[in-house]
Amino acid sequence: MGDPRTPLARFELADAPFDIAPLREGLLRDEAGAYASFEGWIRNHNDGRPVGGLYYEAYAALALEEGRRIVEEAVARFAVAGVHCVHRVGELPVGGLAVWVGASAAHRDAAFDACRYVIDQVKARVPIWKHERYTDGPAQWLHPDGPGSPPQPS
Amino acid sequence: MARVALLYFASLRDAAGCEREEVETAAADLAALYAEVAARHGLRWPRERLRVAMDGAFAAWSDPPREGSEVVFIPPVSGG
Repeated sequence: MGDPRTPLARFELADAPFDIAPLREGLLRDEAGAYASFEGWIRNHNDGRPVGGLYYEAYAALALEEGRRIVEEAVARFAVAGVHCVHRVGELPVGGLAVWVGASAAHRDAAFDACRYVIDQVKARVPIWKHERYTDGPAQWLHPDGPGSPPQPS
Repeated sequence: MARVALLYFASLRDAAGCEREEVETAAADLAALYAEVAARHGLRWPRERLRVAMDGAFAAWSDPPREGSEVVFIPPVSGG
């Protein structure tokens, strides 16, 4: 299956829950001996506060562009047969699947490395924001702290 | 003068009170445009914490605003 000369590199946004099985299927290649995946889930706490769920907002045009760049970087850096990432937008409950990354490769190192690279870069670069709802107070947008002191959410 | 559309996301939208607006600007670059907008809306993000995009691609703060373009100031992201 598949053409070994053209690794798959795909990034998508999904506005509804999605099934992982066909995504995994899409990474099968005769030359691939390894497959690694990462699933990011909504947990019920963050920073010591009880989380009831969250909303993901994306600047879709740029998120798709930057996401595509990231999976293409992974294909260029690691000896993979395919890399695919899907990120949810919209409302998610606790336990919901927020992001999925899959990578297939001839050998396991490249599959693990590509997976790790994609999730790390997506978190750092793709314009998607979390609006987190708490069971003990008002919801807020999350903007990770960088250098300097962040403004309080207004 | 350039007419540009500004889009706001996440806490910047809450602070600006709108998700899109069109503005006429004499700003020489996107940094100056952000300074104008931040002053008008009372945005508290220092520019150093933001990135900027024009027409769906990341841009440099020193780029001049293009006539008819869509400009987005991008606060730190929290996907994943």
